[in-house]
Amino acid sequence: MDRIPILKFGHFLLVTIQVDMYDRLALNLENDLVNAVSKHEARGVLIDISAVSIVDSFMGRIIGNIATMSRIMDAETVVVGMQPAVAITLVELGLPLAGVHTALNVEKGMALLQEKIGLNAHSDAARAEEDDDDQPE
Amino acid sequence: MTMISLNKETLKIGTEQDVILFRQRLKEYATKIGMSLLNQTKLITASSELVRNILVYAKKGEVLIEVVSDRLQTGIRVTFKDQGPGIADVQKALQDGYSTGKSLGLGLPGAKRLVNFFDIQSTPGHGTTVTIIRWKR
Ligand SMILES: Nc1ncnc2c1ncn2[C@@H]1O[C@H](COP(=O)(O)OP(=O)(O)OP(=O)(O)O)[C@@H](O)[C@H]1O
Ligand SMILES: [Mg+2]
Repeated sequence: MDRIPILKFGHFLLVTIQVDMYDRLALNLENDLVNAVSKHEARGVLIDISAVSIVDSFMGRIIGNIATMSRIMDAETVVVGMQPAVAITLVELGLPLAGVHTALNVEKGMALLQEKIGLNAHSDAARAEEDDDDQPE
Repeated sequence: MTMISLNKETLKIGTEQDVILFRQRLKEYATKIGMSLLNQTKLITASSELVRNILVYAKKGEVLIEVVSDRLQTGIRVTFKDQGPGIADVQKALQDGYSTGKSLGLGLPGAKRLVNFFDIQSTPGHGTTVTIIRWKR
């Protein structure tokens, strides 16, 4: 009852929040998501908050925590569908969700995640190549 | 400023369930007077911060929701009242980043930024009363 389902979607985890959050629910989500990232070795977390009309400092902090913990486990977090009124209110409240990627909708969020992960893989490869170039001939 | 109170309701706050109910009732009142979506979001977010302070610091209290009107405008006034420990230095508590609870210290200053009127009265050992007003537009 106090849980939001987490769907596995390839290397990504997808969470759709359908109800307004209260503290217990948000805390459970943080726990469940962090566990799921570790268990499935997920590379990305996508949180759809398009149905959420209130994000206060508690919920905002939870989203920030999820992003920070995920990053430690090598996964990126994207929050999608934030309502304009929610975004404006968060800034005025003083919690502009720094360090969390955002996208307009799930599709764009997926694309952003793919790009982030692709980009990291690419830059790793690029670095490896550069190292090779440094080798004396 | 003479202000008339048109419609009011008191709710007890002691559990997270009460908070959910309170936010729903507040939303109903705000919708009924035709408050803009952005102002509703600001009002409910500010209220969410203040009601959490009741639960965290005083454990219980009550909130009064009122539809108020002066000659120029109509809005919602919410009064948050508890008989908890009170605040020793209110000026400090209103500063961004001040927290006795190892938290972000965003609740009071953030809530203040989100509303049109903000008043706090607190007596150590006796309790705290916070009053806010958000006009319809
Ligand atoms: N109702 C209250 N009763 C007693 N003390 C309070 C009450 N509300 C706030 N305070 C005191 O004022 C401080 C600042 O409150 P504020 O809501 O701004 O920050 P916080 O609750 O510490 O952190 P945050 O709200 O960001 O999680 C609190 O740390 C607490 O000491
Ligand atoms: Mg607080």
